[in-house]
Amino acid sequence: MNESPSKEFISSCYKNRNFVLGFVMVLSVIVLAIFAKQIAPFSFDEAHPKDILVSPCAKYILGTDNMGRDLFSRIVYGSRITLQVALLGAGLQLVFGVTIGLVCGYFGGLADRCLTFVADLTWCIPGMIMALAVVTIIGSGLTNAIIAIAIVNWASYARMVRAKTMSIKNQAFIETGISFGEKSIAIMFRYILPNIVPILIVTVSMQLPGTIMSTTTLSFLGVGSQPPSPDWGLMVSEGINFISRGPWLCIFPGLALVYTVFGFNILGEGLRDLLDPRMKSQ
Amino acid sequence: MSEELLTLNKLSVDYKVKGGYLSAVKNVSFTINKGEIFAIVGESGCGKSTIAHSILRLLPEHNEIIKGNIFFNGEDLNEYTEKQLEGIRGREIGMIFQNPLDSLNPVYTTGFQVAEGIMLDNVSKEEAWNRVIKIYNDVKMPDAKKRALSFPHELSGGMRQRVMIAMMISRTPQLLIADEPTTALDVTIEAQILSIIKTLRDEFNTAVMLITHNFGLVAEVADKVAVMYAGEVVEQGTVFDIFDNPKHPYTRLLMKALPRKAKSEGRLQTIDGSVPRLTEINSGCRFENRCPFVMDICKSKDPDRKDVTESHSFYCHLECEVRNNE
Amino acid sequence: MSEEVIELKNLKKYFAINKGISTKKVYVKAIDDVNLKINKGEIIGLVGESGSGKTTLARVLLNLTKPTGGSVVFNGVNLTKATRNEMKKLRTEVAVVFQDPASNLNPRDTVMNSIMRPLILHGMPKKTARQKAIDSLELVKMDVRYLNSYPHQLSGGQLQRIAIARALVLNPKVMILDEPTSALDISVQAQILNLLLDLQESFGLTYLVITHDLNVIRYISDRIAVMYLGKIVEFGPTEEVINNPKHPYTEGLMAASPIMDPHDRDKEKYIMQGDPGSLINLPSGCHFHPRCPYASEHCKNDSPQLIVLPDGHQVDCHKYAAVKNI
Repeated sequence: MNESPSKEFISSCYKNRNFVLGFVMVLSVIVLAIFAKQIAPFSFDEAHPKDILVSPCAKYILGTDNMGRDLFSRIVYGSRITLQVALLGAGLQLVFGVTIGLVCGYFGGLADRCLTFVADLTWCIPGMIMALAVVTIIGSGLTNAIIAIAIVNWASYARMVRAKTMSIKNQAFIETGISFGEKSIAIMFRYILPNIVPILIVTVSMQLPGTIMSTTTLSFLGVGSQPPSPDWGLMVSEGINFISRGPWLCIFPGLALVYTVFGFNILGEGLRDLLDPRMKSQ
Repeated sequence: MSEELLTLNKLSVDYKVKGGYLSAVKNVSFTINKGEIFAIVGESGCGKSTIAHSILRLLPEHNEIIKGNIFFNGEDLNEYTEKQLEGIRGREIGMIFQNPLDSLNPVYTTGFQVAEGIMLDNVSKEEAWNRVIKIYNDVKMPDAKKRALSFPHELSGGMRQRVMIAMMISRTPQLLIADEPTTALDVTIEAQILSIIKTLRDEFNTAVMLITHNFGLVAEVADKVAVMYAGEVVEQGTVFDIFDNPKHPYTRLLMKALPRKAKSEGRLQTIDGSVPRLTEINSGCRFENRCPFVMDICKSKDPDRKDVTESHSFYCHLECEVRNNE
Repeated sequence: MSEEVIELKNLKKYFAINKGISTKKVYVKAIDDVNLKINKGEIIGLVGESGSGKTTLARVLLNLTKPTGGSVVFNGVNLTKATRNEMKKLRTEVAVVFQDPASNLNPRDTVMNSIMRPLILHGMPKKTARQKAIDSLELVKMDVRYLNSYPHQLSGGQLQRIAIARALVLNPKVMILDEPTSALDISVQAQILNLLLDLQESFGLTYLVITHDLNVIRYISDRIAVMYLGKIVEFGPTEEVINNPKHPYTEGLMAASPIMDPHDRDKEKYIMQGDPGSLINLPSGCHFHPRCPYASEHCKNDSPQLIVLPDGHQVDCHKYAAVKNI
């Protein structure tokens, strides 16, 4: 009966439809990524010069592109890229945003005002334009695109963490901790952060779709992943040139994006339903 | 000539919960007369707040089952339609809650909110405003005009509670239900609010149902008291009956748990055990697992009512003659 | 001759707030020139209403905030001038228990972790810390099976016990208790107060109990300090302050405090008017003069000096200066 807040939470997860659906969808993408070699019939850059722009058939389930590469295999391998974007992108934004948010919320004062000002700046400039500017400076490529989007998007985490930190830091258990000798770093990362984790999880699931789409857009614009990468955004961009002869080249990667983004979105909604009422009752 | 204003007759409130029913209030009966201050005391979870809310049907609807009668001036409120109840709320029966900041709309001035209620009786705006100022003076609101034009957040806790009282008495109700009205207030403000409540009773003959866990308040203002435990009224009587001659073991233990002396006179009385889960109770006395005088019969049979005097009764298997110093 | 554990001398804590665009700083004088001496083994009750500064005083004592002026001397060590090591040691000598049982403990830590944390922080190996945590829990009379529970699974009384267990774990000499039982039911309050007294006797602890409940303070304290708008207006032995208050504010506070016996209710009661007052717009001269029934011109213009009466009783009022010819 002594269930940790985490365990009790997990058992209530199964009952939430949004969560289950989202979880399954996201899991399917993860499975595709991990077992890409086993699932995809061909390698992502394997060209079949005789089978250019073949429409979907038995051999090539989703057809081939203008270089005779199997679209299905490319989409399967592309899931790895999408997940890389999600993980690395979210990871960077979290590390940055959470640390800054904690520092701002806990210390306040000058540090808070400066950093909040910087965060506000990232909101003023339209994201895409700023990202393009960053990529122009640091160069193109998938990693750089991820970094660029991270620079644009970290502010939302920072704001949320800052607000939560400010509301938690005055609670009795924090003051008690300080009074028996806890240092500020311990207070921020041992006391405050674990209490923010639940809402952080929700925020991540809701922000991820945006991060994925933005990074993909950079690839679509040509400053993200470079050919022959099976990046879905890049595939859509390349496929536009063949839209009359091979519409499947745009449609299927696009659908893959929609599927993944939707999966994360609905997972986030499920998580928010599950976590928010508990926040209130806590 | 009937002085009876509100009579609860075997009122029960059950909540439907996962795995059964939660008996929040069971078979509660008492009468409040006109101009009387009736206190319902008990610790958290005893059901006193549920009773207060169920009178005006303010419980969160969805899963509660109400049985029994709530007679107000002879008519059963449980039989009223929602529209009829709306006619009573604020007019015949008023209610004030614990935290006045939650009960006031932050975007309207206090005067506007009080006047709103008055204007429901087809009173002109000007006349309503005049009445607001008059009532503010009645509740001893300092600088009445200024406060009427202020917003709730600009006032202190005590002033907000005065606004609530003003709102509730603006239509001269016969009964005022006060649910922990002074819990969030400082002692000196609490004394002022109590004095207002006493004035209400003296000048307007308003009856007050005072819900509280603070025995000090009860000793100050109450005429009659009902002591509740785990959803039931275990003892009721005049305030002197309860303080001088408590009969029910719970009341007696509780009286001794109150810090009314210095530590040199001994430790405070404590009550072993804890309140039973209200889904697990069937029959028998709800206090049996903590009672120092428990007998076998207590576990199986509901206690009957024992009358000590005309005003004083309690529900227990013990006899009335049990000595007071035990 | 009792040794002094804590001495507050001319303690000041001002908070600066910027009003609008003007560069002129406005100060909230939360603590204004407070003098207090606490002896070993004493229980001092600190009573005051909102804005009195009592919570700020606790926070200064715990070094959660630095004083603006004056000194806090703890066991001979001046807090503001303490070295790092002295500070570290001091942290083990003072412990605190705050009011709200639910937020006293980290919701994401088990009871065991919460209690062990101070020990581990100060270098105790995990195994020894575990044992000490178990011992501590037994001291507060709680079953060891609760060690693996999480705060949300426990009741208010249980949570306060755990907070006390954690406070004891570093063998403190002084405990600061900020409204330790205000959020608890009467019967649970009795248990906690009894526990606190037992622990104090067993370990020779010194307590500073901050509360607004005069009955609790009367029960538990040896001496009482009364605070009003940042100043200690009266300080003396409990029975003296309660039965024979010298400062007009204390008189008003005692009169406002709900009685515990309905037979006392018709006694002529003085109701103090006005609100507890704002720390931003402090009245001139004596801060209490707007509400004081004895106020004179002198009171409006000059701040009173602290007067120490022969029995050690301190009062901050012009009335006594006149009597004492100071």
